Amino acid sequence: MATVRVQTQDFDVGAEYRALTEGHSDIGGIGCFIGTVRANAVGPQLTALTLEHYPGMTERAISAIVTEAERRWTLLGCTVIHRVGSMRPGENIVLVLAASPHRQAALDATAFLIDWLKTKAPFWKQEAFADGTATWVDAREADDAAAARWQNS
Amino acid sequence: MADDARAPLTILWFAWLRERTGTAEERLSPPADVATVGALVDWLTASSPRRAAALQTRNTVRCAVNQDFAGPDTPIRPGDEVAFFPPVTGG
Repeated sequence: MATVRVQTQDFDVGAEYRALTEGHSDIGGIGCFIGTVRANAVGPQLTALTLEHYPGMTERAISAIVTEAERRWTLLGCTVIHRVGSMRPGENIVLVLAASPHRQAALDATAFLIDWLKTKAPFWKQEAFADGTATWVDAREADDAAAARWQNS
Repeated sequence: MADDARAPLTILWFAWLRERTGTAEERLSPPADVATVGALVDWLTASSPRRAAALQTRNTVRCAVNQDFAGPDTPIRPGDEVAFFPPVTGG
C-alpha cells in the first residue's frame, strides 16, 4: 500500500494524490509535503542542485522509515517519491503523502516521514553556482533535532 | 554475506569521499584480521593516500555494511558490500 520511488523525472502531485486515494472511502485526511530547490539569498547564484544516492540502500532505507510510520500511526496509504540527478531552483525534490482516517495522524506521519528521510536515507546534495564553483551541502544540526523529536514517541 | 572465505569486499564511496578516492567502487581483499568496520577504516587509511584523504575526518564519515547503517564495531565478512559516505542531506 505504500508507494516508494526514486527517480530522475519530476512527479505530478495530482496524479500521485489520485493514485493514493482511488477506491478509498475510509480516508479522513491526507498530509502532503513537497520539498523544492530553494535559490540562495546571499552569495553567487545557485544554478543547479544535484542529488546523489546509494541505489538499493535508498529504497531499503525509505521502506524501513515507511514501515516505522505505519507502526506508529493508522495509515491507509502513503507515497514517498524522491528525485535524484540535477535540478534547478524552483523544481520539486521530494513528495511525501500520508493518508489516514484522521487528520492528526496524517499530519504527524507526514512530518515524521520527511524528518526521518532527511537524516536516515542515503542522499547527498551538491550545489553548483553561477561562478562555476560546486560544494557538497553539509548536514544540518536542525535536521538531526527535527528527527530526534520522534525518537521517544 | 557470501560463504566464500576468499571473496573480496566491495567498497563503495559516495559524494565528496568519492571525489577524494577518485573511484566510486573497488574490490579489495584485506587480511583476515580486518574483521570490523573500525579495523577496515584503519587498513584503508594505511593502504593509500587517496583513501586516507577520504577517511581523514573520521567523525564525519558514515558507513553501511550490506546496505544497513553500521558503526566501528560492526563485523565485516568476505564478500560484504561496505559503503563510506558523508552525513546524509536528502529531503
